[in-house]
Amino acid sequence: MMKKQISILLLGLLGVFSSYSQDTLQAVKVISKNKGLHKSLKITANTTLVTSKELLKAACCNLAESFETNPSIDVNFSDALTGTKQIKMLGLTSPYLMIAEENIPSVRGASQAYGLSFTPGTWIESIQITKGAGSVVNGYESISGQINTELIKPIGNIANASSLRSSPFLLNFYGSSDSRFELNTHFNLKISDKWTSALFVHGNARTGKNDMNDDGFLDNPLAKQINILNRYQYYNAEKGLVSFINFRYMNDKKQTGELDFNPNKDKGTTNFWGSEINTERFDVSSKVGYVFKDMPYQSIGFQNAFNTHNQESYFGLNQYNIKQSSFYSNLIFNSIISNTMHKFATGLNFTYDKYQEFVNVNDYSRFDNSVGAFFEYTYDNYDNFSFIAGGRVDNHNRLGTFITPRLHIRYNPWEKAVLRFSAGRGKRTANIFAENQPLFASSRSFNVLHTSGKIYGLDPEIAWNYGLSFNQKFIIFGKNADAGFDFYKTDFTKQVVVDLYTAPAIPGTHQVLFYNLNGKSFANSLQVDFNVEILKHLDLRTAYKYYDIQTDYLSGRSERPLQAKHRFFANLGYETHIIEKGKQWKFDFTYNWMGEQKLPETASNPVVDRLPQYSPSFSLMNAQITRTFSSVFEMYIGGENIGNYKQEKAILGSENPFGTTFDASISYAPIFGQMYYAGLRFKIK
Amino acid sequence: MRNLFLGMMLVVITLSAQAQEKKNKNAKHTIEVNGNCEQCQKRIQKAAFSVAGVKTAVWSIETHKLDLTLNEEKTTIDAVAKAIAKVGHDTENVKATQEDYDNLHHCCKYERQETNK
Repeated sequence: MMKKQISILLLGLLGVFSSYSQDTLQAVKVISKNKGLHKSLKITANTTLVTSKELLKAACCNLAESFETNPSIDVNFSDALTGTKQIKMLGLTSPYLMIAEENIPSVRGASQAYGLSFTPGTWIESIQITKGAGSVVNGYESISGQINTELIKPIGNIANASSLRSSPFLLNFYGSSDSRFELNTHFNLKISDKWTSALFVHGNARTGKNDMNDDGFLDNPLAKQINILNRYQYYNAEKGLVSFINFRYMNDKKQTGELDFNPNKDKGTTNFWGSEINTERFDVSSKVGYVFKDMPYQSIGFQNAFNTHNQESYFGLNQYNIKQSSFYSNLIFNSIISNTMHKFATGLNFTYDKYQEFVNVNDYSRFDNSVGAFFEYTYDNYDNFSFIAGGRVDNHNRLGTFITPRLHIRYNPWEKAVLRFSAGRGKRTANIFAENQPLFASSRSFNVLHTSGKIYGLDPEIAWNYGLSFNQKFIIFGKNADAGFDFYKTDFTKQVVVDLYTAPAIPGTHQVLFYNLNGKSFANSLQVDFNVEILKHLDLRTAYKYYDIQTDYLSGRSERPLQAKHRFFANLGYETHIIEKGKQWKFDFTYNWMGEQKLPETASNPVVDRLPQYSPSFSLMNAQITRTFSSVFEMYIGGENIGNYKQEKAILGSENPFGTTFDASISYAPIFGQMYYAGLRFKIK
Repeated sequence: MRNLFLGMMLVVITLSAQAQEKKNKNAKHTIEVNGNCEQCQKRIQKAAFSVAGVKTAVWSIETHKLDLTLNEEKTTIDAVAKAIAKVGHDTENVKATQEDYDNLHHCCKYERQETNK
């Protein structure tokens, strides 16, 4: 009886730190059914939970590559040089998402471009992906969705004790045909009966030069990264206290550009075009949670995080240096009103950011701070209806004082069906340089058309997001299946438009314009899903996505660039039975079809450097085979882009990179071609 | 003088009687409630919440146990058992009437022990 009480209490405490703390208990119960992607019938918001089982299907090296088997998130390369993967949800890029780690906003500001590649895949326990407005508890910035990553806790995952990750020692080694190598080691140590600690060390390197398309430029960068996380967990069941303290250090170096570029000789010259992006980051964060005695529904949580992020980089002759110091603090109180059908969360939030930002010779240094208070009420009739209504009021030195309302409603109309509605507002500052770094690798001149606003001369971005989704589970020919749709509409009342269509006065030259939206800008997205268990252990997931995303540019209303209107996704996964000592085979295959995408203006270039108005449509395929030899050892082998589809003319003006037609930022398909990899995971129990 | 003495005795007795009756605002109780499927879980929990003073109520389909937290200043475990019996589910001490049992959804019709107390 004592053990059961303790585990319920711990679940409750861990629940304090979730943005949907009221729903977490239900989410955790659901994990034990051992599914990779979990969509619940009972959670109020449109949240999918990606568990560690899913993350092992496609050996993902870091967080940016953890979404390959998930149809809700579109993954593509941000440019032809840095090998950075960029994600989009509902057709909008990651600056419009709130990306948090254990509910502390993590990828934002300076880390917006590469931040997802700074969390190694083996550190991740689960990812919660929420479409639409999201909760007010963590902030006001999210517009199209929220992604929250939970890292492995020293004490292990209580609900899923058989997870590959809850062990005293774990080793993972990965190597690929594009000369990329990764090594992950985890150590878990029990310090006393209340303190446990974990140390994760990650290193990766790409040592070889690849130029598969013979354009004289590296297809992916030479790279080195070291990443260390040390966490301590304090857990005292009798007192109802749980606490985490984390220390993290990361150093990442990338070098890209022409094959013959030598940083020591050619940096800052026009001998050869090259780029280096060096980032160093240090984080300290802590969380303290207290559950009131005998009241598992009432708790207080206090989160604090401090980090410094320093990026020094250059792209040819363009220099970009940004150093950001941030402090974030959040105090949350959770309780009920008369009984657990009525829950609420309320609290205070404080953020401070100091930016030292230099674009060539221009100094954009500044500081931002905000203080806010929030309140969120959840009603759940424990039957077929629940809703979450939240609001917050914030005062920000650049955004002013404003209110952020959010609403989520869930209704189960009949057996095994769920209907969800959400609406909410988001407001943010657009960090135009940090978010559009790929554009530095081009001949474009950067022009900001306004000077009166508080953010680089521009105004804040404000958008309303509305969504409706429906899902029905059913049985077809005796097999489990489900089908549904998601429809979301994002309306920008204010936006910073990044214009790649307007050509400057001098023909043959290029620019990027930043200006406040004058007119309409919206993103409508529709996703239709069908999933079925074809045979026992053979699962098929399919999804069709339609995007209608248009903005009023100076040159008129147009689709946004590099966004396909139609996309199709399918994933087939097969596992054999687990036989004696844990032996198992797993097979996974993913297929993506991308429709044509509108491309930025290149008509004024000479013919050899011209792209069509629309890219061709194409298909991509990934596959992986995993062999589990026992409960402590497994190996995997796989391929990405096995169809070897490459973008023609990946880099415009590659013969003359310091000329007026050079552009490495127009990336609509993979640059590298087929890539094969292999790895192993070993743990000690 | 004697009245004063009697009056003080009365006060002392009342005070000590109250001191013995410390009510727990977060009392935990577990009772066994008979039922079958998810429909029953919803009905049992709804019935428990309908009683003012019940803070949490979780009924397990496997173990048939209903875990409650209630405010003893506002209600008692018997009041909750009666509310649950009213919607057709038997508990250890309070049985549902035949009429209320017959009103149950067919998947919920659990086996009743033939003990007519």
